[in-house]
Amino acid sequence: MTAATPPQALDGIRICDFTGQLAGAGATKWLSAFGAEIIRIEDPVRQGRWDILRGMEPFKEGQSGLECGGGFNNHNTDKYGITLNLRTDKGKEILTRIIEKSDAVTENFAVGVLERWGFGYPQLKAIKADIVYVSNCGFGHEGPYSQYKTWGPIVQAVSGLTFSSTLPGQPPAGWGYSYMDHTGGYYMAMAIMLALLHRQNTGEGQWVDLACTEAALTLNGPALLDWSVNGNAMRQPVQTSSNRSQYAPMAPHGIYPCSGEDNWVAISCRHQDDWQKLAGVINQDWTTTFDDEATRLADQDLLDTHMAAWTASFDKFDLQTKLRALPIPVAAVQKPQERIEQDPTTENFGLWPTVEHSAMGEVRVDGIPVHLSKTDWHMSRGAPCLGEHNEHVLTSLLGMSHDEVADLREQGVL
Amino acid sequence: MSALNGIRVIEIGHERISFAGKLMGDMGADVILLEPPQGEASRDYPPFLDGEPGANRSMYFWHYNTSKRSVIVDLETAAGQNAFRALIATADVLLESEPIQRLSELGLDYADLIRIKPDLIHAAMTPYGRNEPASDLPATDLTIMAAGGPPWSCGYDDHSLPPVRGWGNQGYHTGCHFTYLAVLTALLHRDKTGEGQFIDVSMTAALNVTTEAASYSWLIREATLQRQTGRHASVRPSGETQMPCADGRYVNTGVPPRFPHEFSRLLAWLREIDLVSKLPEAVFLEMGANWEGPFDLSQIGKDDTITAIFGAGREALKLIAMSLTAQEFFIGCQNAGLAVGIIYSPEEAFEDEHFKARGFQVEVTHDDFGRSFRYPGAPYKLPNSPWSISARAPHLGEHTEEVLGTLV
Repeated sequence: MTAATPPQALDGIRICDFTGQLAGAGATKWLSAFGAEIIRIEDPVRQGRWDILRGMEPFKEGQSGLECGGGFNNHNTDKYGITLNLRTDKGKEILTRIIEKSDAVTENFAVGVLERWGFGYPQLKAIKADIVYVSNCGFGHEGPYSQYKTWGPIVQAVSGLTFSSTLPGQPPAGWGYSYMDHTGGYYMAMAIMLALLHRQNTGEGQWVDLACTEAALTLNGPALLDWSVNGNAMRQPVQTSSNRSQYAPMAPHGIYPCSGEDNWVAISCRHQDDWQKLAGVINQDWTTTFDDEATRLADQDLLDTHMAAWTASFDKFDLQTKLRALPIPVAAVQKPQERIEQDPTTENFGLWPTVEHSAMGEVRVDGIPVHLSKTDWHMSRGAPCLGEHNEHVLTSLLGMSHDEVADLREQGVL
Repeated sequence: MSALNGIRVIEIGHERISFAGKLMGDMGADVILLEPPQGEASRDYPPFLDGEPGANRSMYFWHYNTSKRSVIVDLETAAGQNAFRALIATADVLLESEPIQRLSELGLDYADLIRIKPDLIHAAMTPYGRNEPASDLPATDLTIMAAGGPPWSCGYDDHSLPPVRGWGNQGYHTGCHFTYLAVLTALLHRDKTGEGQFIDVSMTAALNVTTEAASYSWLIREATLQRQTGRHASVRPSGETQMPCADGRYVNTGVPPRFPHEFSRLLAWLREIDLVSKLPEAVFLEMGANWEGPFDLSQIGKDDTITAIFGAGREALKLIAMSLTAQEFFIGCQNAGLAVGIIYSPEEAFEDEHFKARGFQVEVTHDDFGRSFRYPGAPYKLPNSPWSISARAPHLGEHTEEVLGTLV
């Protein structure tokens, strides 16, 4: 099949990809950006609706429907999309031939879905002995909760991440997005590449069982040790603000109001030196009460009240400039528009590439936040429309004729 | 044999990058942590063993530095620079989060190092990338998160309360996740072609593309999401998904029931725990259970019956939550096929029977204290190339002789 121009790091790697939503599709998005050939397989009978993002908002102005979901496009750039009806023998046969030519099979279904179609790990291995199979599911394929269902917010809830995002006297704030769908996707991409490296070293494939909840649990490590070693629980009668420093002692350390509507600034004083610089700029009597670190840490509620009263009259970006000049750690809480359109560092990094989608036209998407000096990432195509690459994949990869493909379409296999 | 056996990683100690080294070390890489004579700063971060500060008692340092060896190398001295060069000659990967000019000023940047090790993979993770002077401004996880986007989307319906940054160094973690992904990608390329390369990672860019719809709603239609209590930020306010149970602990109710089998199981469960009589809307659950054809969620608010059935599902969940503990609610809903979650604290999650049964807790021996402790385990299970903690976090310079001794 056609490779992207300049050579890429993952050229020659082919993934037979059943992933969807963000937790799965995010993983193979990374691989496609670095040149792997991702063949995304969807169910023609349900028109690919298993991936709810396919037809979900946001839409470009005047667009809607299954080909135009904004999130779907964002997470599936440069992948090939084919439809296969796995209820039919012919569909199963075609899938078998694709697996024979693939390095990995990836999915994030509930437990048992692939087995029910007759493509569990033993069958995959029989088709291709060194196949890498990576399954990503909320609770994993083993254990008492393996049949339980999750979405990103459920993973965050069960793993402790929702709980550890909060203000005192309030219910958990949690995460206003699926942090663990993104991050589960990152762990899935790591697992795929680790298994490919292992195969490169030994010639051996394997089945990687990734449980998103477990990946999430590893992200509160020191708190877990404080529990398992010292018996200190994070659950307290009143929770501490998670805007404060959890580990290194720092105060003030918070998010404070600024002028205008819903504008905020984050400020951290790491040590006495940062505080003295800040106190010099504040230049108000109350700061003298907080001249020693122990007092600042002990009386953070009062300190935060003073801080909020002081920051409230500033424009957040003016205050950022003022405190960067000291310098102490400071950052405006950026709104999407500010990060994307006004903060030059994201544009300078090339973080928002434009891709061409067959139905949506030109769309800007999330790029990749790294650059590799010799084999950098590349994005040009939007997500595939339903079955967009049926013809291309079946003729070029499997050597079928155009007539054969047309017959398959007529028989309801595609 | 683990996937990264035989790969040597040199990590210049910095609290921002330490998680990337751990991720590689726990997959079998030989990670050599370079520390200045006074040690990496996070050696002094709480929490401490038995709550007492002191040498090798920081559990923060323990967690982020498993499966590593510590070598004292003072990059400010000629001897230290020579040792660094000698180490690089044996290395596959360099991980660092130094000020953007520091290594070039020392003559130790990528351009210098490839003369010693032509196929080196050098990953530099900085707040804004290697080309932005802003990367050298002081920053913490909090300020990096604020700049990168997550807090804007997190917090409460009441916008007089500040946006919330989730705990646990998640800004550092996100940068390290991408650093690790990039290094694995570069290793696959090197093994195929013999070519190494330089990797520039921006931590704020990493967060910018880890905000789900906040970024792409703006990119696609210039829409701005607003934060809401315990659920996704949204352009228009959406229904609550978080509620307290009878024991005061919270649950996340996820997507309310919307399929006939879900309504029917919910109804059966209500009967089982004898709550049907307390739910005036039970009749609509019955209708939902017997619904034929597609239950079109887009008709909520337009079609009276669909609205009533969907609302009855929510009401039923509320009623059950008020009557049961969070644990009972979680297990009961999941057994009824509903994707809900209990909002565990981290330690409650750690002790849950599911994760225990999967072997998530692992014992790590601390010979120095004559004790062993339970650590969080594998983020993924690769049976043929397993994750493992090969050693407790090293003492400062514990392996200086062992490592440098083999070089000359």
